[in-house]
Amino acid sequence: MGSFEGGGLPPDDIVVGALRAGDEAMFAALLDTWSRGMLRVARSYVSTDHSAEEVVQDTWLAVIDGIDAFEARASVKTWVFRILVNTAKKRGVRESRTLPWSTFERDGGPFTEFGEGRGGRFDGVAAWPTPEGEALAAEVRVLIAEALGRLPPRQRVVITLRDVEGCSSDEVCEILEISAANQRVLLHRARTAVRGWLADYYESVKQPE
Amino acid sequence: MKRFTCDELAEHLTAYLEDALDQPSRDGMRAHLSCCEGCGRYLEQFRATIKVLGDQPPEKLSAPVRDRLMSAFRERHHRHP
Repeated sequence: MGSFEGGGLPPDDIVVGALRAGDEAMFAALLDTWSRGMLRVARSYVSTDHSAEEVVQDTWLAVIDGIDAFEARASVKTWVFRILVNTAKKRGVRESRTLPWSTFERDGGPFTEFGEGRGGRFDGVAAWPTPEGEALAAEVRVLIAEALGRLPPRQRVVITLRDVEGCSSDEVCEILEISAANQRVLLHRARTAVRGWLADYYESVKQPE
Repeated sequence: MKRFTCDELAEHLTAYLEDALDQPSRDGMRAHLSCCEGCGRYLEQFRATIKVLGDQPPEKLSAPVRDRLMSAFRERHHRHP
């Protein structure tokens, strides 16, 4: 098999056929293309990096076992990510350090979380600096990782899939089996919370003019 | 055209960016944004937030896990050629 670099993955029927035929290059391509997003999604449900990696490993083992039975009712990617979400949820529930299940079903607090709305959102909304310097960009990356970690799980999964990994809203609805409206609400709350954090950060590093 | 307060505009930004609003609402959002500097900046910040979210460092599976999965795939094919 050739390389998939740059051109993305081939259509699903080719992917499935290759996997069933034992095409290692195809399996490696899927592994390398999707695992990074899978690790991030798993981390929304489990408490450690190690657990997240095990969830991803278990997911791929289930994919290997299940590829012959795959029926193409969903895309391969949706199918893989659904297995991932189910595996991660189960694992998250088992982990003592994980929050109770009810937290997963809660959409999170009001919009005033994370410093939003203090002292008026719109008066004196300052333009943000462009993170040109590599030091600032690196700090912002760390801040974003922390912000994701503080979001309620359902918001975290949605914003991770959409904005970090670049999935479409249709894909996210299929993977999480939620409605488009619900997906949008979760995404919006998550973005609003992260924006609030970034605003606080930029305020704190503001240079005197 | 629907009229929006600043708070309502903030509530509907994701829907606006996803093009999920009906025509009167979209027109109302545009009208508000064109004359409200604060909301214009807020939208810019919202967009900047989405952009930095997409700038997270890439992750990958550790080499042992990747190797284990490649072996599992190979073995499965040998079991069911």
